[in-house]
Amino acid sequence: MSATAEAPPAPSSAAAPPETLSWDSRSRRMVTIWVPLACFLLILLFPFYWMSITAFKPNAELYDYNTHNPFWITSPTLDHIRLLLFGTSYPRWLLTTMTVAICSTVLSLIASTLAAYAIQRLRFKGSQYVGLAIYLAYLVPPSILFIPLATVVFQLGLFDSPIALILVYPTFLVPFCTWLLIGYFKSIPFELEECALIDGATRLQILRQITLPLAVPGLISAGIFSFTLSWNEFIYALAFIQSSERKTVPVAILTELVTGDVYQWGALMAGSLLGSLPVAIFYSFFVDYYVSSLTGAVKE
Amino acid sequence: MSATAAEGWIRKNQEQNWLTRLLDWKPFLVVMCLLPAVALLMVFLTYPLGLGIWLAFTDTTIGRSGVWVGLENFEFMMEDPIFWNAVFYSVFYTAVATVGKFGLGLWLALLLNNHLPFKSFLRAIILLPWIVPTVLTAIAFWWIYNPQFSIISWVFIELGLRDSNIDFINTAWPARWSLIGANVWRGIPFVAISLLAGLQTISPSLYEAALLDGSTGWQRFRYITFPMLLPILAIVMTFSIIFTFTDFQLVYAITRGGPVNSTHLLATLAFQRGIAGGQLGEGAAIAVSMIPFLVFATLFSYFALARRKWQQGESND
Repeated sequence: MSATAEAPPAPSSAAAPPETLSWDSRSRRMVTIWVPLACFLLILLFPFYWMSITAFKPNAELYDYNTHNPFWITSPTLDHIRLLLFGTSYPRWLLTTMTVAICSTVLSLIASTLAAYAIQRLRFKGSQYVGLAIYLAYLVPPSILFIPLATVVFQLGLFDSPIALILVYPTFLVPFCTWLLIGYFKSIPFELEECALIDGATRLQILRQITLPLAVPGLISAGIFSFTLSWNEFIYALAFIQSSERKTVPVAILTELVTGDVYQWGALMAGSLLGSLPVAIFYSFFVDYYVSSLTGAVKE
Repeated sequence: MSATAAEGWIRKNQEQNWLTRLLDWKPFLVVMCLLPAVALLMVFLTYPLGLGIWLAFTDTTIGRSGVWVGLENFEFMMEDPIFWNAVFYSVFYTAVATVGKFGLGLWLALLLNNHLPFKSFLRAIILLPWIVPTVLTAIAFWWIYNPQFSIISWVFIELGLRDSNIDFINTAWPARWSLIGANVWRGIPFVAISLLAGLQTISPSLYEAALLDGSTGWQRFRYITFPMLLPILAIVMTFSIIFTFTDFQLVYAITRGGPVNSTHLLATLAFQRGIAGGQLGEGAAIAVSMIPFLVFATLFSYFALARRKWQQGESND
């Protein structure tokens, strides 16, 4: 009996020094990791919180910080969103942006899959130089191209038409996707294609039935990256589109909702929130592909 | 049964007509595969690049094709204080924002490289500022920087640290710093996630060996983490520098180059002169003046890649 009664204190006293040590390292870990991490998260996410809360605040609260705590809403309202959806052509802008993003993504996926396959698998003389040229094309930023492109678009008779955007966005999507897919095709064993060649398959059959099904994760990564990049594009859409109803969401919010001296901050924030949501939802479904394509493209 | 199967097989083999054979002929297939991508890039990238350089030497305006004026546009720019201010601010913006992004981004990457619960969730929400359209977050910053209703000013006044609203974007220098702050905010996630990918490729055995040798935390960072991270750091930095230097959206959305042209970057100035002002030639000249900086950044990237191959023991090709 006495032995069993004595037994419990012994382990606890023995465990005491490691426990204090572990407590020490835990508090140290708290200060060196969790506190900075929490600060980062707070700063990175605060603008989104502020955007959302402003979108649902009635104007009385929005411009009166003395009687209402600005960090919270006492009587949330959907007025700003109603104004946006029914008082402006916002649904139209969303539709245009969606169409442009999907079409340019499909176009650049087709072009870059074929190009990446040719460069990585068909291995012709000088294929590495074509690859290098496409890599260099990615380094040409839209800011130096938009003025001459505006004249090109005008000459083609596509000025003020979303088709211009669908054709122009691949200039920055194709280099990125090709680069990503070259890396992806590289990871597919060459032996599979050789087997198919011996079995009498044509090159196109190999591409369609062997390489492409294996490259589906790479295609998804390239696709969602292209979709987000074209959704976010601003400078071409600003320069090439004039009429109000053909604008894309980012341009329209900035040029159509900001009129005169009085800014409708509630509606502006509601527009930003709604414009961010499609990308954010899309992103949340494919976040792993997204991260892997981002890091894969950097490592490649 | 077997006879019909064989017949079917033979017929299928004979089906290879001239079109199938043409599509299986390698040179033709290569051309066909490259054609869409190369054609798109030629028409909408290479040709405009050349056209832009040509436009810079003409006096083209919107609606009127110009004539060759030689270096006139550039001579005009050389005497234009607004242009020099844009050059200064572009360099300053890029330098300060890059230092901020990479300092904070590296720190965040090192924090995320620890064993944390909900790691993939953390990584997902940290990338959020980077995937949301820049202009839309810029509008949020515009509201945060509002002279009257800035939430930052309110917090500072409530805490008793200040008596009056902070002036964010109404005078030159505060506006410059505010824009840099917004750019750093947007750039941190990209840098952090890319560098995190680099950190995860570093073998833990290196750290173990260094620990056995009695290294300090700083020494492990300085002599293991940093050199191993250098190749990926160089690539990410090149991209970051190129796209920060040619940034347009943030400045256009928050200040439009104001107050009194003090926050113009070269891209926004080119837009203001070229598209809004209609002077395509002059705008093109301003845009072309960015090219030397970009060439410099690209060469930097090339040599970083060469160095990386050399480190991995591959030949320099």
